[in-house]
Amino acid sequence: MNIVDEIKNKYGDRVEVREKSKRRVFVNAAQPDTKELVSWLFRDLAARFSIITGIDVRIGVELIYHMSFDAQGTLVSVRTQVPKPELAMPTLTDVIPGANWIEREIHEMLGVNFIGHPGLTRLLLPDDWPEGEYPYRKKTYGSEQENAEREESD
Amino acid sequence: MDKKAIVPIGPFHPLLEEPEFFKFTVEGETVVDASVRIGWNHRGIEKLAESKTYDQDIFLVERICGICSTSHPFAFVQAAEDISGIEVPERALYIRSIIGDLERIHSHLLWVGLAGHFIGYNTVFMWAWKCREPVLDIFEKISGNRNHYGMFKVGGVRRDIKESDIPGLIKAIDGVEEFCSMLVKAVMDDPVIGARTKGIGILKKEDAIAMGVLGPVARASGVAIDVRKDYPYAAYDKVPWERIVLKNGDVFDKTAVRLLECLESAKIIRACLKQMPKGPIDAEVREVGVGEGIGQHEAPRGECIHYVLSNTSNYPERHKIRAPSFMNVASFKKTVIGQQIADAALITAAVDPCYCCTERMAVVDPETDKVLMTGDDLVRLCQEKTEKMKGTKGLRG
Repeated sequence: MNIVDEIKNKYGDRVEVREKSKRRVFVNAAQPDTKELVSWLFRDLAARFSIITGIDVRIGVELIYHMSFDAQGTLVSVRTQVPKPELAMPTLTDVIPGANWIEREIHEMLGVNFIGHPGLTRLLLPDDWPEGEYPYRKKTYGSEQENAEREESD
Repeated sequence: MDKKAIVPIGPFHPLLEEPEFFKFTVEGETVVDASVRIGWNHRGIEKLAESKTYDQDIFLVERICGICSTSHPFAFVQAAEDISGIEVPERALYIRSIIGDLERIHSHLLWVGLAGHFIGYNTVFMWAWKCREPVLDIFEKISGNRNHYGMFKVGGVRRDIKESDIPGLIKAIDGVEEFCSMLVKAVMDDPVIGARTKGIGILKKEDAIAMGVLGPVARASGVAIDVRKDYPYAAYDKVPWERIVLKNGDVFDKTAVRLLECLESAKIIRACLKQMPKGPIDAEVREVGVGEGIGQHEAPRGECIHYVLSNTSNYPERHKIRAPSFMNVASFKKTVIGQQIADAALITAAVDPCYCCTERMAVVDPETDKVLMTGDDLVRLCQEKTEKMKGTKGLRG
């Protein structure tokens, strides 16, 4: 059975699966399901953990877990949204130790808090970089509250 | 009795070509703990790429790394083409494979040379780099540059390979292959190199999978992954070649994988030069389209992956770059603990770390944590200095 069917069978309506091509499959998952889904792909379906992409979408941060099925030649990208301001996401390092560095990078660059990470310290930024300054966030104008109000009025 | 000592290596050290800071905790001669600090080479390229057009980004990502300069443009143009499925002419696919694998040969030889130098075996260093030189000459013949070839564009390649050059290039590749075969035999049969590298810095298969390591590091540990075979792209599925997988995972196997891959790459390049069809080298691309695309390329160090999110403008909304060293360097803790401190440098070097790839400016006051200057201020300061020099040194003539 191919991977898309496996995911659809197990998760049904809880996820939205889009097959862009044979090689590129995008899965939209709710935040609580994501860790379990990615762990299942890694443990049971033997996917290779490729990387996590973090994107600032203003109301939160979008995380895309890229899982590669090398034998089948399919890259499954599991996408989820982590809402601001808590930006809390359970860590993946207990399942995939290789996720350690990228979670640290996303933490310092975008401010996502990976709950349960063994050492969420700086990886790339210098030690004297100011707290709360996230270089990969998109530019916003005005304070966070003003932006929230603007979002609401829009 | 607890007698531990900390041996710091770096951030600037003659052995390491790029800044990184390893801290090895040793008990006697044995490494019991290790940590690494990186970040000196972080240039914020992912962010910078969002303010440049797709055409400019190819040149930007080419400058992420000096050694494997074509891996990033290779992955990036494929990501851009993946957004709306741009078809690339066949001749361009062959030229891409030729460039990609020439680079693999020169990058692997560079590493073998350095590894030889690390273990105090400078003959290997001289040989490997002598062998690397004709590869750079081939690059110069094709692209006009020995490094930073500027060959890639969305939809094809920028330069054609002249038909009249092909017999000469094939002859040059034959020469490289012959020299490589000699080097492979010499290195793999050498008792000193064997004694220094066999059974040292072993990365077990299960650790390789857990850490997600890539490229020769994974293949030396028995993980059969290679983007060129798994996700066939460019001309890699059109020419015959074998993927090299070994099983011990020690420094020797990592060396052997790289050396044997050089011979496979020579095969790929020769077959591509012979089979290359005539025709156009680029497709007309009006726009990359809206959406997201992922590009993968098997760089000399492993899978290089670019994610590009495109909006309606000419600039990427988000450009994520993951170089292979980002995954490979992180595996050092598994390989170095329990080893002799004298081997630590060789083991950490065995993943062929590339820090400018792993890390991709504002002046900050450490007392108040306030950003004092932005990039624009720095540019202005720089320009002011030029102006001042003009005034004092009589540069106005």
